[in-house]
Amino acid sequence: MITFERVTKIYPGSDEPAIDNVSFEVPEGEICVVIGPSGCGKTTLMRMINRLIPITSGIISIKGQNVAKMDVIELRRGIGYAIQQIGLFPHMTVYDNIATVPRLLKWDKKRIAARVDELLSLAGLEPDIFRFRYPRELSGGQAQRIGVVRALATDPPVMLMDEPFGAIDPINREVLQDEFLKIQAKVKKTIIFVTHDIHEAIKMGDKIALLEAGRLVQYDTPENLLVHPKNRFVKDFVGADRALKRLDLLKVKDAMMQNPVHCHMDDDAEVIAKHMKENQLTFLLVTDQNEKLKGYVNFYELKDHLGKVRDLVKPMTITVKPEQNLKEALSKMLSYDIGIVVAVDDDSRLKGVLNTRTLLSVVGDTYDERGGVWGKITQQGSISS
Amino acid sequence: MEVWHFITQNRQELMILFGQHAYIVSIAIVIAIFTGVPIGIWINFNKKAAEIVLYIAGIIMTVPSIALFGIMIPILSVFGHGIGSVPAIVALVLYAQLPIIRNTYAALKNVDKNIIDAGVGMGMTRSQVLLKVQLPMALSVIFAGVRVAVVMSIGIGAIAAYIGAGGLGHYIFMGINQTYDAMIKVGAICVAIMAIVVDYIFGIIENRLVSKGLRLS
Amino acid sequence: MIDEVKPAGVGERMWMWIGIAVAFAGGAFVQQMGFFDFVRNNPGEIWKLLLEHIYLVGVSSAIAISIGVPTGILLTRGFMRRYRDGILNILGISQTVPSLAVIALSMTYIGIGPNTAIFALVIYGLLPIIRNSVAGLAGVDPVILDAGRGMGMNSRQLLFKVELPNAMYIILTGIRTSTVINVGTAAMSFLVGGGGLGDLIFTGIAMVDPAYMLAGAIPTACLAIFMNWAFGRVEKWIVSPGLVYH
Repeated sequence: MITFERVTKIYPGSDEPAIDNVSFEVPEGEICVVIGPSGCGKTTLMRMINRLIPITSGIISIKGQNVAKMDVIELRRGIGYAIQQIGLFPHMTVYDNIATVPRLLKWDKKRIAARVDELLSLAGLEPDIFRFRYPRELSGGQAQRIGVVRALATDPPVMLMDEPFGAIDPINREVLQDEFLKIQAKVKKTIIFVTHDIHEAIKMGDKIALLEAGRLVQYDTPENLLVHPKNRFVKDFVGADRALKRLDLLKVKDAMMQNPVHCHMDDDAEVIAKHMKENQLTFLLVTDQNEKLKGYVNFYELKDHLGKVRDLVKPMTITVKPEQNLKEALSKMLSYDIGIVVAVDDDSRLKGVLNTRTLLSVVGDTYDERGGVWGKITQQGSISS
Repeated sequence: MEVWHFITQNRQELMILFGQHAYIVSIAIVIAIFTGVPIGIWINFNKKAAEIVLYIAGIIMTVPSIALFGIMIPILSVFGHGIGSVPAIVALVLYAQLPIIRNTYAALKNVDKNIIDAGVGMGMTRSQVLLKVQLPMALSVIFAGVRVAVVMSIGIGAIAAYIGAGGLGHYIFMGINQTYDAMIKVGAICVAIMAIVVDYIFGIIENRLVSKGLRLS
Repeated sequence: MIDEVKPAGVGERMWMWIGIAVAFAGGAFVQQMGFFDFVRNNPGEIWKLLLEHIYLVGVSSAIAISIGVPTGILLTRGFMRRYRDGILNILGISQTVPSLAVIALSMTYIGIGPNTAIFALVIYGLLPIIRNSVAGLAGVDPVILDAGRGMGMNSRQLLFKVELPNAMYIILTGIRTSTVINVGTAAMSFLVGGGGLGDLIFTGIAMVDPAYMLAGAIPTACLAIFMNWAFGRVEKWIVSPGLVYH
């Protein structure tokens, strides 16, 4: 979709290239995060795409079209552009801000009005409340949201985002990132996303392009960047805690034991107790006919009981979702001081079990330089205990 | 050529007119400083007064200078000073108020609240904070107001010649009356040079007054 | 920490009484000078001079605006940037030249008549407009310019949709200052045969006739104050409420 071929930028009056012979390709519908220490040229690289900075040599093309040969105004109108300082026009209402590019493209009024409302809703802002506010009447998070949806106004296939959440406090940044990922799952834009925050890069990126002093050091998926850092620089940049950063990246479903042993509500207590004794289990999960998690039973209570399992079920309040990342799951386990947590889906159907041992082995195994164990886990989906 | 000839011919009278001009302006500015700065300080403590004073000073500024001179004549003739340098000086003092009061007020207001807090926190009284913290930091801005007032007064002072106050404006009005171009040019050029030179010198002083710690590199 | 402290006895009511007293004293004084009688007896004369005055100010300000704002725009375009400070410095120095000197010098070169007055008023009114246009345009946040450019605005759209609306308040302040000053300076155009209310003022002073003089001075002052007020209204009307100034 977007290809960089031997792209070089040398600023006038400078000997060192700001961007040095960079080549890579961003596939359609993916977020490519461009990251690197400050001064590495990441913003320069991004701004060459919509030609806010002229290219010295090399070719950048979008859908096979060389941007240098396109009409610059048309090119820019076809690319969403969101920046860290937001850049909302202070003299315009929220409505006028979002309507800017549609008006430049001469959309009719009805279509613009409908689009603005749609985008405000997408940003989670009530159109009737926010439509005619001025930027100074918005909170930082609201302004940032509008900055992003303004870039989406004409539904451009390509978006350039320069630290779009950079000016927001960490808590709201997480929220905006999550919201944006949800939007992206629907709209599937091809996005160049510049940041200096490795956490954000890992979270947002389908691919990460790591720059150092104008050179592309590694262009890879976040997993590979963490697992197989190409050299010392990458290793240092992703940080000594890259093992922990994997927790951000991996989902509960990647590390949980699937199809855990469990019994049903209507099973006889006696049978189950016998089974537990044979397998040396002290606890057992209980589900109903539809595999919905109902709770757990305890061997010591069960062993002398003559009725059904359902009589002794205790509810299980702390669960995780398979889609949650491992960091959240681990955090839950730490804060409730539990060594094991059950994963259920949105209908509370039992999906798997995650315990600290499997969790640690998943993260730890990634550093097996042969990488073999990691592969086994994901393919099998569980680790036999 | 004609101009130069006129100057050499009337060197002495020119010096006298220049002296008169400088005298009127200096007296007016000294009085304006001793009234404007205290008013600017006072209105810092009283928001309502600040609004009213700045509004009135603003209104006075919008009154055309020749009209103010005109209005001064009948008022001051009650005290027997209808024409001459007295109405000129009174009018100049009134005009000079706005830049001086406004700059004093703004300069004191702009001193960082935290610095004032720090002073108060160290146990300074309000007047100590004013004298030792606020005024030193505000000095160059207040002086900038004085500079504007002086340059303005030189210009308006030229008009005062019409009500008999003397000064370089005398040549301009007399030249117009007698359609004597050289005389007009000498008067106009001398006033212009005086204004430009004084502005330049005051500009240098203004820069010097910025405390070393506050000076931008 | 330093809260406003009201001196005892100077409350709002007191200010009101002071205002009323001053107004009465002024009115009585002006009456004493025979101002009202003069106005009653010569309405046509005053009206004619007032219109002349407005004409002088209107034409000169219109010309000053149509030269000053484009010049300000030009000085903030990229290719002029390196000359900008130099040009503004020269203009700043020229502004210290007193208005009387400008008018008198214009006369020695162009002769007498309203055109000389207009020429001098344009010259004198130009600087505040140019300076504020430059300050306003140069002060527009570069971030929103970047945003506009990135969204695909061409330079004309950027100027009219982003730069000028954001600089408008400061540009209008320059125009306001320039026009109000011009109302006062225009009184001097009498000296060069340009007409206007200065006629009554200068003649009144020369004849030591306070009524005559006040009949020129008071309308001139009122016109200046009115212009100042009117521009304040125009500002509120033109400048986007999204921009806050004080």
